[in-house]
Amino acid sequence: MLSFLIAEIPRLFTIYNVILLLKAALTTLSLSAVGCVIGLFFGFLLSIARLSHRPIFWPLKALALIYVEILRRVPFLITLMIFFFGAQVLGFNISALAIAFISTSVISTAFVAEIVRAGLRAVKPSQMEAAAVMNFSAWHSFWHVRLPQAWPLILPPVFGYFVLFIKDTALASQVGVLELTQAGKILNTKGFSASLVYGAVLILYFIISYPLARFGAYLERRLGASRHSRPRRAI
Amino acid sequence: MAHLDIRGLVARYNNATVLDGIDLSIERGEIVSLIGPSGSGKSTLLRVISGLLPPREGTVSLAGETINYADRRSLRRSRDKLAIVFQQYNLFGNMNVLRNVMVAPVTIQKRDKKTVEAEARALLDKVGLGDKLTSYPDELSGGQQQRVAIARALCLKPDILLLDEVTSALDPERVGEVLDTVKMLAADNMTLLIVSHEMGFVREVSHRVAFMADGKIQEMGPPAQIFGAPQQPRTQAFVSRILGH
Repeated sequence: MLSFLIAEIPRLFTIYNVILLLKAALTTLSLSAVGCVIGLFFGFLLSIARLSHRPIFWPLKALALIYVEILRRVPFLITLMIFFFGAQVLGFNISALAIAFISTSVISTAFVAEIVRAGLRAVKPSQMEAAAVMNFSAWHSFWHVRLPQAWPLILPPVFGYFVLFIKDTALASQVGVLELTQAGKILNTKGFSASLVYGAVLILYFIISYPLARFGAYLERRLGASRHSRPRRAI
Repeated sequence: MAHLDIRGLVARYNNATVLDGIDLSIERGEIVSLIGPSGSGKSTLLRVISGLLPPREGTVSLAGETINYADRRSLRRSRDKLAIVFQQYNLFGNMNVLRNVMVAPVTIQKRDKKTVEAEARALLDKVGLGDKLTSYPDELSGGQQQRVAIARALCLKPDILLLDEVTSALDPERVGEVLDTVKMLAADNMTLLIVSHEMGFVREVSHRVAFMADGKIQEMGPPAQIFGAPQQPRTQAFVSRILGH
């Protein structure tokens, strides 16, 4: 069996197949990167809206709450399908890849928003009171006190989520996006051994997610273990 | 004109009345201490004055200007004039000692950074922490943190300083160093409103002492009266119990 697999390696890794796998890996990487960046950006905005006490933000706060509570509870595949078929029903001519980008960003935003909110809320209220009596504005309190103390709580789970999220992008294959899992399926249906094909796919997923996991661990060491904050509770 | 004038102040946590008609007038440079059993409303009074808990009724006037706690600008103006030192220090955990002292004067009051730094260094020297400028709060003892908190409050150049049980979170060995710092302030003729359970200290530094119970000032007078010849039965019971220990 092993000798059979070894003999198949040169047949599998032809230039055409390697380019197919690399293109698919690039798509997985793009889906992950866009999802992470947009999720982080809008996740922050949503969490700030949810933490605001000003009446002017109440409608936004309610929308943010509904958004986060619903989308965190819906499987990614369902969200993907809703966007995919919803776009068709509404007559939008959007590519499957664009649908996958939108879906990953929408889901990532909901999860990151909740992690960020929990991190920001974990900063002791007494720290904010100290800032308030010294006439810090809401922005100054956020920028100088809350955010620096919340970072060590926010970043490790966010990066943990991102690593899981990279794996979730495999579901984009269900709407025909040529990402890594889909590339594996294609090569497998061409007659290559499933063990060999999915072994190669596994290695590529690892190559994409491992640096992110290491970067998260690095930030955790630098920030999480830092003595420069005293969170009230972990997330 | 009284420096701090409080009239008919009522405050509630949810539906529980914690301050029930406080009247208190403090002259410029006067040192008034609030004593009383736990839950009597002493710390709440400081929280209300500093705007952390809005009053339900009554007025607070600082140097003749009545504070409108519902108006941000009025609250900001009042907070420009006073500073509070919290029982639990509340130093910013993400900043070192020097930055803790400098951040508000530089960032909020927009004062010249070099001047503020010189003042902060001098204040920290004064409270005996000139060698801890780059330390973070969790590297300091409770007494050292409390002295940083006092230096931070003073660097704001307040007209009135509110001290909320500044020694209660400290072990007995650290109490002395903080009390010595407060005595220095008293000598500088600053208006101080002190909440304390350190009766010896209260008797030594205060011009007047107010005994609080059930959200009211039950009795107020010079330390000699409150500790030597209290008029009200509740004050007598409290003082005899405290001094008896």
